[in-house]
Amino acid sequence: MEERRAEPHDGNTDGVSRRDFLRTIGVGTLEAAVLSAAPLPSEGAPAHTGDLVPLVLTVNGRRNALEVEPRWTLLYVLREKLGLTGAKPGCERGECGACTVLIDGKPRYSCLTLALEADGHEITTVEGLMQGEKLGQVQEAFVQEDAFQCGFCTPGQVISAEGLLRKTPHPGVAEIRHGMSGNLCRCGAYDHIVKAVQHASEIRK
Amino acid sequence: MTLYDTTMPDDKPADGQPAPAGLKPWGETKVVGTRAPRIDAYERVSGAAIYTQDISLPGMLHAAILRCPHPHANVRRMDLSKAKNMPGVRAILTHESPSADLPWFFGDKGPMSKLFDPHCRYEGDEVAAVAADSPHRAWDALKAITVEYEELPFVSEIEEAMKEGAPPVHEGGNRGRVRTSERGDIAKGFAEADVVLEETYRTSCELHTPMETHASVAQWDGSRLTVWDSTQGVFDVQKTLAQYFGLPSSSVRVIGHYMGGGFGSKLELGKYTVITALLARDTALPVKICLSREETFLCVGNRPANIMQLKAGVKNDGTISALHLVNVGSGGAYPAGSGVGYLVQDLYLCRNVKVEETNVFINAGTARAMRAPGFPQCAWALEQMMDALASKIGMDPVEFRLKNVPAYSQTRNNTPFTTTGLKECLTEGARVFGWKEAKATIRREGTIRRGVGVAAGMWGWEGSTVSTAIVKLFADGSANLNIGASDIGTGTKTVMAMVVAEELGVPLERIQVENADTATTSFAPSSGGSQTVVANSPAVRKAAVEVRTRLLELAAEELKCTVADLSLNDGAIQTLTAPARTVPLHELQSLAQREMLVGVGHRDPHPQGKIPLPFAAQFAEVEVNTRTGETRIVKFVAAHDSGRMMNRLTFENQVFGGIAMGIGFGTSERRILDAGQTGKMVNANWHDYKIPTAVDVPPEHTCISVDPHDTECNNTGTKGLGEPATIPTAAAIANAIFDATGIRVTQAPVTPMQLLALLAGQEKGGRQ
Repeated sequence: MEERRAEPHDGNTDGVSRRDFLRTIGVGTLEAAVLSAAPLPSEGAPAHTGDLVPLVLTVNGRRNALEVEPRWTLLYVLREKLGLTGAKPGCERGECGACTVLIDGKPRYSCLTLALEADGHEITTVEGLMQGEKLGQVQEAFVQEDAFQCGFCTPGQVISAEGLLRKTPHPGVAEIRHGMSGNLCRCGAYDHIVKAVQHASEIRK
Repeated sequence: MTLYDTTMPDDKPADGQPAPAGLKPWGETKVVGTRAPRIDAYERVSGAAIYTQDISLPGMLHAAILRCPHPHANVRRMDLSKAKNMPGVRAILTHESPSADLPWFFGDKGPMSKLFDPHCRYEGDEVAAVAADSPHRAWDALKAITVEYEELPFVSEIEEAMKEGAPPVHEGGNRGRVRTSERGDIAKGFAEADVVLEETYRTSCELHTPMETHASVAQWDGSRLTVWDSTQGVFDVQKTLAQYFGLPSSSVRVIGHYMGGGFGSKLELGKYTVITALLARDTALPVKICLSREETFLCVGNRPANIMQLKAGVKNDGTISALHLVNVGSGGAYPAGSGVGYLVQDLYLCRNVKVEETNVFINAGTARAMRAPGFPQCAWALEQMMDALASKIGMDPVEFRLKNVPAYSQTRNNTPFTTTGLKECLTEGARVFGWKEAKATIRREGTIRRGVGVAAGMWGWEGSTVSTAIVKLFADGSANLNIGASDIGTGTKTVMAMVVAEELGVPLERIQVENADTATTSFAPSSGGSQTVVANSPAVRKAAVEVRTRLLELAAEELKCTVADLSLNDGAIQTLTAPARTVPLHELQSLAQREMLVGVGHRDPHPQGKIPLPFAAQFAEVEVNTRTGETRIVKFVAAHDSGRMMNRLTFENQVFGGIAMGIGFGTSERRILDAGQTGKMVNANWHDYKIPTAVDVPPEHTCISVDPHDTECNNTGTKGLGEPATIPTAAAIANAIFDATGIRVTQAPVTPMQLLALLAGQEKGGRQ
């Protein structure tokens, strides 16, 4: 899926433009770090990649001021620094979609997005689709249609379905199959995933 | 696992223990068989489920493994000095580390290798491991380790490995002993045949690639070890770890509540888990390892490639008079087996059968059991051969198969099957598919050609009978189920809770399941080989029945009547005789006083003198684009006899998932080794190794449960499902491609490139 694999800064009109990215960078310095980063070494060789850069990540409506290594992916920061383990590392190379999150409402592979690239953008993870302890509509549709097996790809599938339905509220079967084809499921629950997206389309308000 | 040795000995004795008394399978059911959403669905769709990869412990370090980049090499020298001094690096292990100088075993073959073997026999063999305070720092350290390798001649292909003078993977050569199994007289059988056909079929090496890469977290408390593992069987990992470290089982706790798929590749203890435990011991800190996606392609198992020569004789009336299979396969660099023969020996009636199988070493990752090990390969050969035979004798392929349906297992002294649903799978599948009409009317000409195909299958292992379940009924009428089984995505927890709900009338949402923790749950065998429901649900049912029996006894005493006067419905005790009374469980004083009733169920042995096995038939309609060589599967019908269908939702999901995996095996998946040049795997990623996506599965999909109402297999009437769902798929597609094009594609997968070349050849030589 070309849309899914676009980088936030690639100029794709669906995604986040490079200009937007430049405009928002630097906001991170406004807030103090709320999470302690890995301590710098006091001895031994200097960390050639360990210099930390400030960053503000808006995740599920909450602003998080952080310091990150420039090479850290958004996926890594979400999971390891913010404790949001819903997005999964299936390949960490943009092949499987288990790490899919919404960036400004569009499904994106968080393993191919550097945390710094997401600075200033609205990020939604599978946890962000919940209403308190209550499941969101797409999640509820996945439950009812049994649209998963082992569940490891499921947060990414749910997010892709959410992104698809935000863009196309009433997709046809071909659109669903195409729209979900950027998310691998080795258990092969595709048939039920398609049904779940149809179901979600019906119950979404 | 013994799963790989699919050629069963001829004289396997029937289970000698007496048949279980009482408890026959249900007649009508209220909960079992319905469409029940999973009891752990909330956790799985909300992101709340904690997989091994999600575990984070205070002070936890991260491990990474340096792997040999060559297919065959000796480690000559290593320089760790730079890596040792890098920030955050806490421990490094190599073959020279005293704590890591340990043997490594392959099955029962004795120590054939070492944890870090300086003689690396495949790309991905373990060379060193690092623990650091972040995964990035662990990877940085790996890059800073310099290794001097002595590259050795290597061999990547089965035929090359068998040649005189081929580079030996192990001393003593590459060719294993020929395992022969024979019944009747094949020479006589071929002499009696009206038609004899012979063909060589090839299948490619397939990779499991579960969505969650293999992962472990290890933590020591003194001499006690706790391991969180992404595994299909916590007790198997516990047992092998305990043996490995010389610890009592009680000192090794293995937890695997959620795991992200395995398909056989997580049925055994991996080196990565042992390495993680060693690093945790050396650093006195918890250590986590998550293999990279690339590593899952190189070193945690695969379905071996096979070359299968099959010769078959048939009489004009459809009697199969002889089958002779010569299989050569490669399970990679270490003994893992590559047998496939079972289906040839047991799927159809045939008096004269010979199977000869040889495993060959090559310099590539070692095989592990992969979903129905050996069976999809054998189905690829046998089911295409059945199609060709039917055509030669002018018989419909469904009719031909129906004529040869066995009622007994020919690999086990002709012991009868408890039930053989194969006939119903074929007839019901054909009816729903519209087989006869499709055969008669389908368009086989033009650029886009359509065709239909059928293939059948069975699974050859009845599973373990060692399983114990515990059911606890609380005073408020809600329940807890304790089982050791891992839910690998098949819906095990839900199906087992449905059994409890069936017996106790407790709604599913009031049942909590505790599973897959060696410290807190009762024993269950590993979830693999289609044994999970079969091995565990009868134990769960017995535990629930014990609770119900005890509950009714208490109620009879309290209500001053006999047990026969009472029934348990929807969480209440009801009297069957006047005066009619309904007492909700939470109002039962005798239960309140005890706070909890506990029932323990042990799985009964298999029935004496009978073999319970599942059967399947699948039907495909394909569209072949003769310009591009692409095959599109437009319609698929799967008919399965897996005994009782426990949950309609998870049943369908499992069957469709098996078909999806079969589509990958048949049309796109193969490990490609750079045989002539570097010997390295060139497609160790999901971009170049194609597994099916949402657009690759058929849009029109039907699955049918053919329930033969098996009253003898066990007390829940169940047979396995996970393996049979994927066994016939690829062969059904190949047969449909033949129907569409007249081309017999003997090499799996049927890629567009291959089919295009075959179509071009056909054009040149005229259509067959």
